[in-house]
Amino acid sequence: MSISDERPAILFQGVWKSFIRHTGQMLIRDRIRQLLRPKAHETFHALREISFSINRGESVAVIGPNGAGKSTLLNLTTNLCLPDQGSVEVNGRIAALLELGAGFHPDLTGAENVRVNAALLGLSRRHVREKFHEIVAFSELERFIDEPLRTYSTGMMMRLAFSVAVSADPDILIIDEVLGVGDLSFQAKCLERIMQFRHSGKTMLCVSHSNDTLMGLCDRAMWLDRGRMMEYGPIARVVEAYKNAVGRQTMCSAG
Amino acid sequence: MWRGDYLYLIQNLILKDFRIRYRNMSLGVLWSLVNPLVMMGVLTFVFTKVFISAIPHFPVFVLCGMIPYNFFTVAWIAGTTSIVDSAGLVKRVPVPREIVPITTVLSNCVHLLVQICLLLVMVVFFYGVNRQWFWLPLVWALEIVFVCGLVLLTSSLNVYIRDTRYVVESANMVLFWLVPIIYDFSLVPEKYRRFYEINPLAALVLSLRRILLHAEGPDGSTHTLWKLAGVSFTVFAAGLLLFHRMKPRFYEHI
Repeated sequence: MSISDERPAILFQGVWKSFIRHTGQMLIRDRIRQLLRPKAHETFHALREISFSINRGESVAVIGPNGAGKSTLLNLTTNLCLPDQGSVEVNGRIAALLELGAGFHPDLTGAENVRVNAALLGLSRRHVREKFHEIVAFSELERFIDEPLRTYSTGMMMRLAFSVAVSADPDILIIDEVLGVGDLSFQAKCLERIMQFRHSGKTMLCVSHSNDTLMGLCDRAMWLDRGRMMEYGPIARVVEAYKNAVGRQTMCSAG
Repeated sequence: MWRGDYLYLIQNLILKDFRIRYRNMSLGVLWSLVNPLVMMGVLTFVFTKVFISAIPHFPVFVLCGMIPYNFFTVAWIAGTTSIVDSAGLVKRVPVPREIVPITTVLSNCVHLLVQICLLLVMVVFFYGVNRQWFWLPLVWALEIVFVCGLVLLTSSLNVYIRDTRYVVESANMVLFWLVPIIYDFSLVPEKYRRFYEINPLAALVLSLRRILLHAEGPDGSTHTLWKLAGVSFTVFAAGLLLFHRMKPRFYEHI
């Protein structure tokens, strides 16, 4: 299926998303209590009326403090959850680096984990067969690939996970705070791989707290705060505005 | 939308379960045989030495009930908690959620297969092979469909009401007595028999005994097979429907 260039890669229209604050376990007695005495749920708005569109080939950073709704926005994009109101449209095959290591199990070997993880990411049997050596080579873990995962260090595990994720050839790449993978030389390698994606005209959506990394990767940025979109535009301007706001806040609380 | 290789995913998830379970066991798959053999031994002792039963070859008779029952309870309970247990997957990967409980059931089929082999070996030894064996794959497939349906129902309920699993566990205790595992169906008074026949697990045990021990067709005079198929597919359809309704909000509830 060819995707016409006219359609945006990602389109959010008036998206609201809220979560119900759970007060505890969901047991039968809680449900019965709810039926007998319906109480208004305390809801928490993770996203309020978010609208934006990202064209093919654009690379957009999402910035904002913790709890601003960044992860919710990514999860809506990957269709892990649905919006309460509004619509989310995604055109193209998505790979999300927030799925790093999904399904990894310590008792399986590195190679077995690669296959399970790849299948979960939606890669086909043929793809895995053809790319298996490439994945292992990229992770530089050839010598340990038949060892159980529990013998790996955290850094090694993340390297393996990253290698599987980038071997999928997505149209849209979603990166959630994963650029701190492995040691410095591996980080440089990951960054180089991501830059390759960018230069081949893929769409990217990145979340990170490191503004410098984002400035190097993205050309546009959106700034979220408590579920609202504060700014959306060229990255330099948005990051500047965000920094100023944070500066003012710390000044206020300090003063 | 997740557009992946379903077969490859299911195969990998089953292999994963299998490897995790057996990697640290010296006897490997033989462990699947220990439980039914021990139960068979104990029940045979009780019913040939304590409450003396007139049923010939009691070990084979009881195994015809134990093996479907074992598979049924283990798969149903594991399947019920599967969505909550795989929160890590459900919250991070947009794979179709139905895959999770159904793979759990299919993983248990590996053990079922080993146990069926044990049963068939014993039947050949005491009774021999007969033409009706051709029905066996169909009869077992219907049980798997039934369990998949139940698991779709209870696994989605368990996300919203966490004590669903305890209800399921109790139901399994009750079923041990309401399925003719340790007694013969012919002892059941006439007026209760139809309840047994619409219980797919009882119907399965009944059909198995007809095929393996009496060399009869599985249907008997009361269309057991049709009832088994009817209930199994109805439950499966209901399971799919409920699961489909519930799954959009799994993310928020686990």
